[in-house]
Amino acid sequence: MSIKVFVSRDAAALALGAEETAIALRHAARQKGVAIEVVRIGSRGMVWLEPLVEVEVAGVRIGYGPVTAGAVPALVAAGLFEGRAPGALGPVEKLPYFAKQERLTFARVGLIDPLDLDAYVAHGGYEGLKRALSMGGADIVKEVSDSGLRGRGGAAFPTGIKWKTVLDQQTDRKYVVCNADEGDSGTFSDRMLMEGDPFTLIEGMTIAGVAVGATRGFIYLRAEYPHAAVALREAIEIAKKRNWLGRDIQGSGREFELEVRMGAGAYVCGEETSLLESLEGKRAEVRFRPPLPAIKGLFNQPTVINNVISLASVPVILAKGAAYYRDFGMGRSRGTLPFQLAGNIRHGGLVEKAFGATLRELLYDYGGGSATGRPIRAVQVGGPLGAYVPESQFDTPLDYEAFTGIGALVGHGGIVAFDDSVDMAHMARYAMEFCAVESCGKCTPCRIGSTRGVELMDRIMRGGTGRAGDIKLLEELCDTMQYGSLCGLGGMTPFPVISALKHFPEDFHRDRGDNTAKASEAHHVLP
Amino acid sequence: MSDLPEAQALALDALVARHAGMPGPLLPLLHAVQDEFGFIPAAAIPRIASGLNLSRAEVHGVVSFYHWFRQHPPGRHVVQVCRAEACQAMNGVATEEHARKCLGVDWHGTSADGQFTLEAVYCLGNCAAAPSAMIDGQLYGRVTPERLDELLAQRGKPQ
Repeated sequence: MSIKVFVSRDAAALALGAEETAIALRHAARQKGVAIEVVRIGSRGMVWLEPLVEVEVAGVRIGYGPVTAGAVPALVAAGLFEGRAPGALGPVEKLPYFAKQERLTFARVGLIDPLDLDAYVAHGGYEGLKRALSMGGADIVKEVSDSGLRGRGGAAFPTGIKWKTVLDQQTDRKYVVCNADEGDSGTFSDRMLMEGDPFTLIEGMTIAGVAVGATRGFIYLRAEYPHAAVALREAIEIAKKRNWLGRDIQGSGREFELEVRMGAGAYVCGEETSLLESLEGKRAEVRFRPPLPAIKGLFNQPTVINNVISLASVPVILAKGAAYYRDFGMGRSRGTLPFQLAGNIRHGGLVEKAFGATLRELLYDYGGGSATGRPIRAVQVGGPLGAYVPESQFDTPLDYEAFTGIGALVGHGGIVAFDDSVDMAHMARYAMEFCAVESCGKCTPCRIGSTRGVELMDRIMRGGTGRAGDIKLLEELCDTMQYGSLCGLGGMTPFPVISALKHFPEDFHRDRGDNTAKASEAHHVLP
Repeated sequence: MSDLPEAQALALDALVARHAGMPGPLLPLLHAVQDEFGFIPAAAIPRIASGLNLSRAEVHGVVSFYHWFRQHPPGRHVVQVCRAEACQAMNGVATEEHARKCLGVDWHGTSADGQFTLEAVYCLGNCAAAPSAMIDGQLYGRVTPERLDELLAQRGKPQ
């Protein structure tokens, strides 16, 4: 029998050379005359160990990593395939980084071949849909409501309420749309899930369709994720062939069709109404609300629109019951969130934890501190619209309400660490610049305000007598953007700006002279 | 505006016909056109508009709205460098600067020899191995200026 060797095909692992490692492993095995089977899996989420090689020895997967292609021959000679080569990390699932997680949504990611439907079913896949097919729509919606699941895209709106609104609409046609436009810097959980366990998302969307009476779904995927596109499209074809999608799912008489649509590099499409405009083939300009998408959404029909992780959390909720999921977490933040450790962090990767862990725990116990070895000075949580959090607030529990309480947000769970070399005035300027580049242009506070914000930051960074007045003007501008913008892009850009100003005022009062200010302006990419 | 050469016009019409029946066809069609030609030629817009029963202004508005769609032919290789926060936290600004300097272009420019087009992107989802870049659809992590030199040299850039 051949020896099973596991190597990730996740984009992050490929970016670090996993493909070359897999080729080198096959080559070395042939030379040695050993029969191996290289199973391509999702990533375990321990990105600093990628390319991670796992060898199954007596039913236990022993890890080695990072293993570059160049290191393979020596490792194989030293007994890699028997698990005897020196440098082993031990059983991968016993590594503290992995073992201490609560993996509900990511239970299968990194464990199985993402496109092996039999392995998916053998590891609990489609249990949720099977149960849903035996229930009425209202009961499925109640189960999701009772689980306490809130929108994982960042807005944290109760998923069950959205579903209930769509269920209550009396129309012939309804849609399920998955928001896979994961544009926040520092986030990659959607990508990892779609590449590492696409059937979970397909199952979650199918359950949503069965629950609300929708027969057609779209996954709106950002163009920057070509690997996820391939994985999803292949998985959809397999699910169709095996009758888990189509006109008569597993003989239940229920119908659900699913299609992947590519975005085109517009951050604003993470906002659900602009995403719907884009799906309809228009400029992705934000819609006025009301009407809500749940009442008039895609093509003017009632539409469930949820983030990847929200939908991918539904199968486990249906399979194990609302109470099981609700028992994780704290306060009104129930269940788990896949946090993503990114930026200047030693052990970057994905950590799925129940709500309630602190930022400090994630940054140091999991993350191991900064990658550069210097002190972590600021952490941006929740993407480019999230606040910068200073060290004094690292003990805040990761809970939607607790973070709102300190003027920050949990958002999609992205955590970007910066060491003490960061210039927070530059980051505030960047936040405004990003908003100017990505604004859809529909409302004035966002379209004009962001450009004025960049100009103001340039003046503040250059220094001089007008600075105090400029800082006051910046605060007023942020107030206008926050309360006057149509959506979260203009409305939340002030969060990183104001938090940087509040927690790191010294960076706004330092004269940089014309040269540094010019260097910052040189990054200007406004059209 | 010159019309498309006949072979391109035929290819375009085939793409339009293939997409015309689907709900919300414009973005999938524009992706298909860019995959075929490398960009969206101005001369393609009237044909797309008439094929989908839209105005030319509507199609042009969509093409110009989305960063992903190019209105000019790219170089042989497309180099996308991430400018977002997680990459900046790992000194991605040095990689950005190096890319612009060594290719001798600004963002969205093409090098004088027509080999490399440089594009800014905002997050490639590889934030735990920053800074990130994508070249011709291939993703790379920990792209320091030195690593970028290696990757460009592999694609024939003289040192």
